Amino acid sequence: MRKLARLSRFNVASLALGLAFLYLPILILVIYSFNASRLVTVWGGWSLRWYREFFNDGAMIEAAWMSLRVAVASASIATVLGTLAAVALSRGEGFRGRTLFSGMLYAPLVMPEVITGLSLLLLFVALNAERGFWTVTIAHTTLTMCFVAVVVQSRLGSLDRSLEEAAMDLGCNPVRAFLLVTLPLIAPAIVAGWMLAFTLSLDDLVIASFTTGPGSATLPIRIYSEVRLGVKPEINAICTLVIGLIAIVIVIASLASKLSSSQGESAAPL
Amino acid sequence: MSARRIFARPARFAAIAPYLWMALFFLVPFGFVLKISLSQTAIAQPPYEPVFDLTAGWAAIKAAFGALSIDNFKLLVSDDLYVFAYVRSLTVAITATAILLVIGYPIAYGMARLPTRWQAVAMVLVIVPFWTSFLIRIYAWINILQHDGLLNKILLALHLVSQPVVWLSTDSAMYLGIVYSYLPFMILPLYATLAKMEPALEEAAADLGAPPGAVFWLVTFPLSLPGVGAGVLLCFIPIVGEFVIPDLLAGSNSLMIGQTLWLEFFTNKDWPVASAAAIILLVVLLAPLLLYERVQRRQLEER
Amino acid sequence: MADEREGIKVAAAAKPHLAADQPLLRIDGAVKDFGAFRAVDGVSLDIGAGEFFALLGPSGCGKTTLLRMLAGFEAPDQGRILLGGNDIAQALPHERPINMMFQSYALFPHLSVRDNIAFGLRRAGMARGDIAARVAEMVALVKLEGMEKRKPDQLSGGQRQRVALARALARRPQLLLLDEPLAALDKKLRESTQAELMELQRRLGMTFIIVTHDQEEAMTMATRIGVMDAGKLVQVATPRQLYEAPRSRWIAQFVGDINLFEGELQSYDGHRLTIVTRDAGPLVVVEPRVPVGKAKLSVAIRPEKVKLSRRESGGHADQGPAINRLEGTVSDVCYLGGSTTYTVKLDAGGTVQSAIANTVRRDADAYGVNQRVVAWFTSNDCVVLEQ
Repeated sequence: MRKLARLSRFNVASLALGLAFLYLPILILVIYSFNASRLVTVWGGWSLRWYREFFNDGAMIEAAWMSLRVAVASASIATVLGTLAAVALSRGEGFRGRTLFSGMLYAPLVMPEVITGLSLLLLFVALNAERGFWTVTIAHTTLTMCFVAVVVQSRLGSLDRSLEEAAMDLGCNPVRAFLLVTLPLIAPAIVAGWMLAFTLSLDDLVIASFTTGPGSATLPIRIYSEVRLGVKPEINAICTLVIGLIAIVIVIASLASKLSSSQGESAAPL
Repeated sequence: MSARRIFARPARFAAIAPYLWMALFFLVPFGFVLKISLSQTAIAQPPYEPVFDLTAGWAAIKAAFGALSIDNFKLLVSDDLYVFAYVRSLTVAITATAILLVIGYPIAYGMARLPTRWQAVAMVLVIVPFWTSFLIRIYAWINILQHDGLLNKILLALHLVSQPVVWLSTDSAMYLGIVYSYLPFMILPLYATLAKMEPALEEAAADLGAPPGAVFWLVTFPLSLPGVGAGVLLCFIPIVGEFVIPDLLAGSNSLMIGQTLWLEFFTNKDWPVASAAAIILLVVLLAPLLLYERVQRRQLEER
Repeated sequence: MADEREGIKVAAAAKPHLAADQPLLRIDGAVKDFGAFRAVDGVSLDIGAGEFFALLGPSGCGKTTLLRMLAGFEAPDQGRILLGGNDIAQALPHERPINMMFQSYALFPHLSVRDNIAFGLRRAGMARGDIAARVAEMVALVKLEGMEKRKPDQLSGGQRQRVALARALARRPQLLLLDEPLAALDKKLRESTQAELMELQRRLGMTFIIVTHDQEEAMTMATRIGVMDAGKLVQVATPRQLYEAPRSRWIAQFVGDINLFEGELQSYDGHRLTIVTRDAGPLVVVEPRVPVGKAKLSVAIRPEKVKLSRRESGGHADQGPAINRLEGTVSDVCYLGGSTTYTVKLDAGGTVQSAIANTVRRDADAYGVNQRVVAWFTSNDCVVLEQ
């Protein structure tokens, strides 16, 4: 109760306005995806018409399938690599090249995507790699493993180091102590990292545009080319489906992490 | 040897795979960008020359080296189009970051003052939009801002305007889009430092006679500066190179550098100039990037 | 090295076989540096089987580092650590038949009470049935029946402390290390837990080494205490010796309260010393222990050994050992319930504190501020310390 008293009216108002600003546009988009009218802004009653159109749009479906495959593959590789990187950074103490390593991991978090995309493309061209699923997957892994590393590293950093010492004291060698104690405790962060990587990959337009080849467009690339031509109700439907998918992923993952740890530890944020 | 070092030996092995990956797919590519930025455009595949062909022998490589030039950089710094693009990128980024700070701070402050249980909820509420697609969120605004969109309809219905206002393809729309997309990046680091702050500090300041405004400016704000720094960098750097938001929401008469790069690459197929533009962008961002790396490392590793 | 480790593992299961005069643990010249800072500075110490040994010292004195060396989390830069005759200084933590109870307890939050206790047994490759039996035995030992399935965050602080203890005891270590085991408990619980720990240690006949900064805790529980200061072991003694015969001014001040009077040796008749102090005049001390080479000495007297008398009563009759009488005025009275501490401003210039037990409920004889008194103590009760 005392804590509530610290909230001023100004605090409440800025919170409410801020959240409304974040959510209203998405809400409007979802509502209009059920609009029967072709005119995006005229309400013609509820309808699933645009969802049907999407499912009959072969090119769109293909792009969506491509995006999903890339997202699952890159998120999974990125989770493994990112977790390894986080372990090395938070438990490796000083090692040769550590500064370069952490620099390479933190820079992509803010690096403009046009630079990352362009540089990866030039690498693939120089390597004469055929551009398509794998080049996009590699590009997305490179970007998203950094996010995974940050999420996992922040969890590792907040873990009581004496837990690992206790495991060693009770007969574990360092690797076993990590597997039996550390890993279960950072599992929620690893799951959160995977989710983050998955959605970032599903979302990315710029890097995918650079690194994909002809005939293998991802969903954002297709959406982007449609959006440039103007608003189409079908896009509303696709966007709603993507939002729904991400919501499901978030719910499943947070349930899973809640079940796996009794700590009530919320999934680590960005 | 200490406990930490017992753990460190196997932990270092974990670095090998991600290290090699990042070296190959993040570091090495910059070398290619640099090299191609010094090359000439050609109507060929790949569309630049000289092409280094290691099989052609030493003389050919030497000749190829001789053909490298800094013409692209000369072009970029002499042509107003590019200079304006850089200036505009920096202006937009500075303005947008300032707006983000002004909007984001009160929200983060409000979150930090919620009862603990509600803080977690508010945090999730701020993060969730970040998880939904960036492109979709921009698209949602196009829905609202277009000529016969919701915003104009509401304004007309309220008789605030007599005819529809042009929102799309304006700088206002672009700023709106940028603020909307980057708001969580500003709020989260701010919230993290504000929530960690001892409430007794503000109470002590008030107890010592500071009125609420003074409490904020003398105690709260100075202590939140690390969060402000992180939030500002987290927004500023990517906004400078932003492509999607200006492309979809701003007018086409003045471009940001990300758009110019995209245009050179995809439309003009001028890879060398696009690469040179990327190199200059990187140089411009080098100082904030290094600063950000330090902030990030301190935050994650000094506990 | 490998043989040695095997040897240790085997020994872990059985009681250590020691020669009659061999200590269970011998620390021999252990040194540990952290960069330029010397955390442990040449510590040598023998601890026998069945001892309850306390490492006592202020924070930063190196006691925790020394304990962590025994556990294997730090390796000494110099010196040896012998357990049952084997040098374990470089052995890794999981290779030592030593277990530790952590200050934070370090209970695994993802495991139940049962799994926490069984953790070390599973690592030792014990048979399933034996593990269940041992866990049940440990749960009974720390009186946690019915809690086996709970997770650590569903336990109270005292219960968590018991789980941590049971987990560390489960492997039947030759040596149990306790790092500030009671620091997280409140005062009442701490006192009852002290008693339980002592009882447990006696019953199991196990060797305990406890690290604490709380001198009362060390005095209550330990059979011997090692006092550390700035990385050095400055005195090893029983609680009584430590309190009644501290080896230095620093120890005297660190362990309990003390009055110190600096002065110079005036005469020594082979039995009694006369020391002329600046603040309290000449004092007579019976102290056979001090090598009387140095002229500058301090006389130390515990407050509870300083008695007060009303001046007009004329003091007590002189008989037996010499009595030091100091005239002065009461300047401060501090009522503590069980006792009262009086501060007396001496006519000679200094002050002396006297702690007097409140043995009756209504003390009409209690002294008041500004009252003239005589503070007196026998020459047997004070200690001479070098400066």
